[in-house]
Amino acid sequence: MEDKILVEARNLKKYFKAGGGQLHAVDGVNFKIRKGTTLGVVGESGCGKSTLGRVLLRLYDVTDGQILYDGTDITTMNAKELKPIRARMQMIFQDPSGSLDPRKSVKELIGEPLKIYKAYNGIDDYDAKIAEIMKTVGLNEMYADSFSHELDGGRRQRIGIGRALAMNPEFIICDEPVSALDVSIQAQILNLLMDLQDEKGLTYVFITHDLSVVKHISHEIMVMYLGQCVEYARTADLFANPLHPYTQGLLNAVPIPSLKAKKLSTQVMRGELTSPIDPAPGCRFAARCPYATEKCRGKDIALTEVEPGHFVSCRKVL
Amino acid sequence: MMEKNKKSVLSRLRSSRIFRVMFGRKLIVVCSVMLVVMFLLAIFAPLAAPYDPNKDDLYNVLKGSTAEHLLGTDSNGRDVLSRIIYGGRISFTVGVVAVVISSVIGMALGLISGVIGGAVDTVIMRVMDAMMAVPMLILALFLGAILGQGLGNVCLAIGISMVPGYARITRGQVLTVRNADYVTAGTLCGGSWVRNTIVHVFPNCLSANIVTMTSSLGGAILAEANLSFLGMGISPPTASWGAMVSGGYKYLSTQPIIAIAPGVAIIIVVLCFNMVGDALRDALDPKLRGTLGKGRKREKQSRKGRDHYA
Repeated sequence: MEDKILVEARNLKKYFKAGGGQLHAVDGVNFKIRKGTTLGVVGESGCGKSTLGRVLLRLYDVTDGQILYDGTDITTMNAKELKPIRARMQMIFQDPSGSLDPRKSVKELIGEPLKIYKAYNGIDDYDAKIAEIMKTVGLNEMYADSFSHELDGGRRQRIGIGRALAMNPEFIICDEPVSALDVSIQAQILNLLMDLQDEKGLTYVFITHDLSVVKHISHEIMVMYLGQCVEYARTADLFANPLHPYTQGLLNAVPIPSLKAKKLSTQVMRGELTSPIDPAPGCRFAARCPYATEKCRGKDIALTEVEPGHFVSCRKVL
Repeated sequence: MMEKNKKSVLSRLRSSRIFRVMFGRKLIVVCSVMLVVMFLLAIFAPLAAPYDPNKDDLYNVLKGSTAEHLLGTDSNGRDVLSRIIYGGRISFTVGVVAVVISSVIGMALGLISGVIGGAVDTVIMRVMDAMMAVPMLILALFLGAILGQGLGNVCLAIGISMVPGYARITRGQVLTVRNADYVTAGTLCGGSWVRNTIVHVFPNCLSANIVTMTSSLGGAILAEANLSFLGMGISPPTASWGAMVSGGYKYLSTQPIIAIAPGVAIIIVVLCFNMVGDALRDALDPKLRGTLGKGRKREKQSRKGRDHYA
C-alpha cells in the first residue's frame, strides 16, 4: 500500500433530466483513493452507486465538480484526450452476459482493447497475449473460440475481468461484479480480484449492496444514500462503530446465521427512498430516520470528520 | 503466412461454422442449388434458351405444351420457356439491385437515426413515416414517372420505396442495442463511437434485416411485375416474369400455362431466397451455435473437452 493518491473526486455531481426536474444521482461526493487500495461503495438500489462508477470513468459527462486521475483533471477531457487514460482505467460489469457482445468469441472479446490500442506485434504476439490473460483470470485455453453464452456465469465474469485487465490498467471499477453469480462462484471471483490486486497493485472501487462482500474486499468504505456520501471510514472502523443511522440500519439488516439471532431486537428501516428528483435541502435520510428532528431538515449537513479517517454527516452524532 | 492462409481458404470455408450451419439441412442445399441454376440460366440465357424470346410466330399462337415448345407459346407465338429464361435476367436484377439499394440506404439511415438521436432522428424518421404513408406501389409509380422507364430506374424506384422499412427496423434494433453494457464496454476499451457502432451495434441489428431482405426480394420482383403491367416498368417486348404473368392472365381459362409458368418461377425464386435467408440468419446467430448443423468442429471440441477432464 502506498500513500500516493490515484483517484480523487471533488464535490462530484451528476444530475439527469427527469420528469420536469433534475434527478440528483450523484450529489457532491468527495473522496480520495490511495493506489493499491479498495474503496467499497455501498448503498441500496437507486442511491447512485453505479452512476458514480460511470461518472468516474467519464462514461457520463460531469454536471459539476472535478475528477482527478493521478493528478490530472479528466473532468472536461474530450474523447481523444481520454483515450490514453481509458487504457489505465477499466470496469467490470454486474451482468456478465450483457456486457459481452454475443457475436464475439472469447478471444475477440479479450483482444478488443489490444486491437484498439494496437498493443501487439504481429498475430503470434496477439495470440500469446490473449493466452496469457486467459491464464491470469483462470480461463482454460480451450474456450478461446467459444461464445460467451456457451459458458457459465463465473466463466463469463472471468472474460469480463480478462478484458478489463488486457491493457494492464491500474484502476478498476467493479460494479457489483459478483451479485449476479452463485455464492460459491462469488467467492472464486472475489479471491481472483484480491489476488490480482496483490499481484499487480490494482486500485479498485468496489460497488455493491452486499455488506459481507464489501467487508471482505475493501480497505475503506463509503456509504451512499440518495447520491450523497453519508459515512466514510476504514472498513474495520465502520463495522465496529457505525455512526450514521442509515449505516446502522444497513448493518442491522445483515442476517446473522445463528438461532440466537431470533431474540436480538433489530430495528428494521421503514419507508422507501425519497424521490431523488429535486430533493429538498437537509438530510436526505430524515424521512426514514428514527432520530430525525426539525433541525435535520432545511439545511444540508456537511460530512464531518469525527475521528481520524471517519467521516459522517448526521446531526445526532455531531 | 500469406501462402498458408491462401491454401486453407477453401478448407477453412468448408469447416467454418456459418457454412456448416447453413448447409447442414438438405432443404437449404436444394434451395441454394436451384437459385444458382436459375441464376446461371439467366446469365447464359442466349445459350440456354431454345428460341429467340422476342420473335413473333403468328402461325403458332397460344399453343399448349408441345415437344417443340415445352411450356407452349403466348399470344404472339413467342416461346414461353425462352421468355422465362430471359425474363430471369430482369427479375433477378430488379430483385437484387432494389434490395441492395433499399437495405444499404435504409440501414444507414436507421443506424444514424438511432445512434445520433435528437433532431437528426426526428427529421429522418418523420421523412420515413411520410414515405410509409404512401403505398409502396404508388410511391414506386410516382418515382417511376419522374425517373422514366428503363431497368435502372425501375430498380431505383422500387429500391427507394422500400427504404423506410429497413430504416424503421434498424432504428428499433439500434435503440435496444446501443445502451447495452457491451457497447459501454467497447467505449471503455478505447473505441470511438463510430467504431462501436460498426463493431458492436450494427452486427447485432443485422438478423432482423436479413429476414426483411429475403422477404422484400420477392416483393421487389412482384413490384416490378406491377410496374410493368402499369406501363411504368420494362417496355415490351422485353420479357420479365411479372410482365409475362400480367400478359398471360387473359388466357388463364384457355392456356393457363402461359401465366402459371412465370408465376411458378417467381414463387420458386422467392421461396428459395426466403429459405436461404432464414438459414443465413440462423447461421449468423451465435446463440444457435451447436443446435444446428452438428459437424466436425463440434465433435472435435467435445473431444478436446474430454481430454482436458481426463
